[in-house]
Amino acid sequence: MRAGGDLSLAHIRAISEAIEGLPGDGEVTLDLSDVRRLDTAGAWSLLRYADTVKAAGGKVRIAGASDAHTALIDTVREDRVQERPEPEVRRLSDRLEALGRQVVSALWLALDVAGYLGLFLSRLGRAALNPREFRLTALVRHCEEVGLRALPIVALMAFLIGVILAYQGAAQLRQFGAEVFVVDLIAVSLLRELGILLTAIIVAGRTASAFTASIGSMKMREEVDAMRTLGIDPVQALIVPRVLALVIVLPILGLVANLSGLVGGAIMAWIELGISPETFRIRLANYDNFLNAMAGFIKAPVFAMLIGIVGCYAGMQVQGNAESLGMMTSKAVVASIMLVIVADGLFSIFFLRVGI
Amino acid sequence: MSDDVVIRLRGIRNQFGSNVVHDDLDLDIRRGEIVGVVGGSGTGKSVLLRTIVGLQRPVAGTVDVLGTDILEGTEEERMAVQTRWGVLFQDGALFSSLTVRENVEVPLKIASDADRETRVALAELKVTMSGLPASAYGKYPSELSGGMRKRAGLARALSLDPEIVFLDEPTAGLDPIGAAEFDQLIAKLRNALGLTVFMVTHDLDSLHAICDRIIVLAEKTVLASGTIAELSRFDHPWVDSYFNGPRARAAELSAEATKG
Repeated sequence: MRAGGDLSLAHIRAISEAIEGLPGDGEVTLDLSDVRRLDTAGAWSLLRYADTVKAAGGKVRIAGASDAHTALIDTVREDRVQERPEPEVRRLSDRLEALGRQVVSALWLALDVAGYLGLFLSRLGRAALNPREFRLTALVRHCEEVGLRALPIVALMAFLIGVILAYQGAAQLRQFGAEVFVVDLIAVSLLRELGILLTAIIVAGRTASAFTASIGSMKMREEVDAMRTLGIDPVQALIVPRVLALVIVLPILGLVANLSGLVGGAIMAWIELGISPETFRIRLANYDNFLNAMAGFIKAPVFAMLIGIVGCYAGMQVQGNAESLGMMTSKAVVASIMLVIVADGLFSIFFLRVGI
Repeated sequence: MSDDVVIRLRGIRNQFGSNVVHDDLDLDIRRGEIVGVVGGSGTGKSVLLRTIVGLQRPVAGTVDVLGTDILEGTEEERMAVQTRWGVLFQDGALFSSLTVRENVEVPLKIASDADRETRVALAELKVTMSGLPASAYGKYPSELSGGMRKRAGLARALSLDPEIVFLDEPTAGLDPIGAAEFDQLIAKLRNALGLTVFMVTHDLDSLHAICDRIIVLAEKTVLASGTIAELSRFDHPWVDSYFNGPRARAAELSAEATKG
């Protein structure tokens, strides 16, 4: 048999078809003296053909190959796959084991986060005793980043929520002739729950991810390790200013959200139901609503702590590669939103029990 | 023979803002050579490599690779020439979401009509040729060490049996044993596959061990070119301290010891 022309990757399909036309057993001599170009794909095809013939009890001899081609065929023969590792089969027990591992690791994660909370509080206490250790500049910068920059989006979101509540409330309450109670509807839902909760959720999406990304990229470039070797405490330098900034600004953001939500609600109530801003103000200003607002604000620092600690914790867990940074960032957002909602539920139960 | 020139640069000028990296740079690389490119930091070794493969557009000049004008050629011409070279980036630049085998399969999927079984077999062949064990086929880049990532990157660069491979600091970050193995691997593949190798390197041992010719980048152009012996007689302060410095002597001695 004579082979000629280009035995290369570009013609791999034609080569396999030509090989299928060759005898499958017996003594075959392949003459390669007319081959112009031979590459690894071509050599591999020839060797595979030789294997099938050999398996059928025959033999393939290669003749007329130039020195370069012989060298190539030898190299490919050496490096051809001898055995491939068995692919792992996933059995039911493996899946169960994986589930168990996930549950355990979730529990460990909760413990770890609690550990970081303790670490944060102890470093905060230390900073209170030695004010020189405290990083005021970083705190102010993070306050700006986390608070001031988030103001427009928080205010807009709350304004729209107020508008929607008033609009939907009006449609329902009008059926009973109880239009004026729309004020109470807005006050209770916004001041007690939605104002702070939705602010916290927006901040969780915006800030927990930013914390994870910034600390995580420092971790990736070994900046955190460098800090440790220089005797700088990463918790004091990175985590305390961030979490503290969040604890300071989240109540302020909540206040802005409440105010802008009330303005939105008042405007909609005026347009839709003819409740004048004066009436709205009089119905709004009473002791019950003061309690509602307080019940809302009490939650803010707790939410802030949860979001900040989870964001920073996730950042510290980033490994040396970029995928883990992306994975931890999305985990931080999901976990902090989950925790905020769970905490909000616990607060609700607590307030109901103590009758606030 | 001018036919044998596979890379031809003429009058290349690269600048970033007011910082001129290359000015009126000419370069010829012949088929089958292993060429090492050396130069101090900031002399534009990597920029030169990126210019040749079309990732960096020079302000002036022409780049001709395998008879194709990289700068002015049509999209099809450039696509065609891209299947005839392979590039190994510094850290391998493997696609992190794919396994080693899948990484090597990527160029095969794009540029050949081989069926799946053939692709897998060829990819595994290239991985083995690059000196990785079979257990590495299914691993993700994040599970590999730096040296293994480089080998996997080399396997991907070789997957289409290119005529030219570009290596950006192939031995940087490897331990001396790993670096020497990598050098031998490149020399072996050059002989088996008839490659032309263009490598940017700082590694004096590599230069001694495998490079046929060394190109010195300095003063914004190709200052000198030749074998180590020729360059160590070259009269220029940087070239002299590079090739006759204490580290160069040590590398020379160890190269002689291996050969002798």
